[in-house]
Amino acid sequence: MPVDQIVKTVVFVIFTVMTLGGGLGVVVSPRIFHSALFLVLSFAGVVGYYVLLDAGFLAAVQLLIYIGAIAILILFAIMLSRGLMAERQSQSNQQWWIAALVALLIFVVLAAVLWRVDWPVASQQALASPSNAISQEGSQLGRDLLGPYVIPFEVASVLLLVALIGAVILARETES
Amino acid sequence: MDWISLLLVPAIKSLVVVVALLTGFAYLSYVERKLVARFQVRYGPNRAGPFGILQPISDALKMVFKEEIVPLNVDHVVYLLSPALTVMPALVIWAVIPVSGASFTLFGQTITPYVSDVNVGLLYILAIASLATYGIVLAGWSSNNKYSLLGALRTSSQMLSYELPMGITLVSVLLIAGSLSLVDIVQAQRGVWFALLQPIGFIIYFICGLAEAGRSPFDLPETENELVSGFATEYGGIKFALFFMGEYIHMITISALATTFFLGGWYGPFVNQIPVLGLVYFLIKVAFMIFLIVWIRASLPRIRYDKLMHFCWKFLLPLSLLNLVVTAVVLVLVG
Repeated sequence: MPVDQIVKTVVFVIFTVMTLGGGLGVVVSPRIFHSALFLVLSFAGVVGYYVLLDAGFLAAVQLLIYIGAIAILILFAIMLSRGLMAERQSQSNQQWWIAALVALLIFVVLAAVLWRVDWPVASQQALASPSNAISQEGSQLGRDLLGPYVIPFEVASVLLLVALIGAVILARETES
Repeated sequence: MDWISLLLVPAIKSLVVVVALLTGFAYLSYVERKLVARFQVRYGPNRAGPFGILQPISDALKMVFKEEIVPLNVDHVVYLLSPALTVMPALVIWAVIPVSGASFTLFGQTITPYVSDVNVGLLYILAIASLATYGIVLAGWSSNNKYSLLGALRTSSQMLSYELPMGITLVSVLLIAGSLSLVDIVQAQRGVWFALLQPIGFIIYFICGLAEAGRSPFDLPETENELVSGFATEYGGIKFALFFMGEYIHMITISALATTFFLGGWYGPFVNQIPVLGLVYFLIKVAFMIFLIVWIRASLPRIRYDKLMHFCWKFLLPLSLLNLVVTAVVLVLVG
């Protein structure tokens, strides 16, 4: 096996342990703050997958948005709403087996879909010059968002704007 | 690909960068103390060795041999993790910064003047920079101390806020350069530095850089008069030194990025004839930016926290958006 294949396999195993272990930690950790940190670990594993798949743009965006913004917001929310060092609390109740069953079902459905669909794969030439492919990936994404997908893009922007204004109105002190 | 070019060369390059940065940090603390002393008509450290140049080494030894104190009710793992998380992003950013224009050959291996030329280099930098908040948030939470928590909340919201105008300013740079790769961005400045094409952008970037690194006049993390010592209150010895190191390496990184994005990176006179001059020019520009930051620290008082946020959201952010729009329109008109 060529050396870059070995390296990729080792790195893949590490990222898989990060992603799955992080996910498990989110569910079983007795402190909610630790759960949030395990979520960050899981997100970081996904960043690694994107890098392995030569999708640098997606990897950077995943890091920037999920780890740099969303997880930080979750941590902020926990820090502002719980006590400084919140008590340990149980992560499960008597319905845990129903939740596990649903999770298992979703896993089966997703696995079946992933197994059966014939995924389009980039041609060997495109993979041979990854730098070319990635710079095109970025500009192609921009063209698509402002071309064929402009309406969903604008709808999403309006939705975000509504959420933004809603947050301001909810958080504003009532004048009395 | 053999294992030398895949693993060994990047590992050695990373090692060189990290060692250079850690040495740079040690002597930056010395240079800053000397400079600030001169600005204030004092001598500064002058006892350890000639001109006090052994001061950083004695400081480091003192920090390492201090008693290891961990407060009783801290969250152990997170408490120990956060100083490392503060230093890590500032070091990792250096993977994509090109320090010179010319590659050279050593033992049959072509050595490029950067660890990796990532195609999405600029996005990579923004993404890694957003991780710097973690060390501070986690330190504030795990210390189990109200001053730490308040300091951490304040510092992290400052950093998150100033990331916005900085990111938007870098988009203007990206529009002119037409590439996310840092090597391409420097090469686009062969003729004119972006500091001349983007004067407002450069100033906004510099202000945001000061705020990101928590440097004066934005050194709210260390408002010792109101928050004891902010998020670092419960840290001592080498763990405190790591926070300190994070701040200083951040300062070097901010200066290096300013050089790369706005001051033409390694370009300068005669750089095509004598390639090694590229590294020299790069270091001179970085040193100049660092001097500027120290100068500002010696000259300006700290800004009040609410003014700081007002300044970011009501002045810098609209200005950076306007700058972006003007840049885009001019680029379309010029073609």
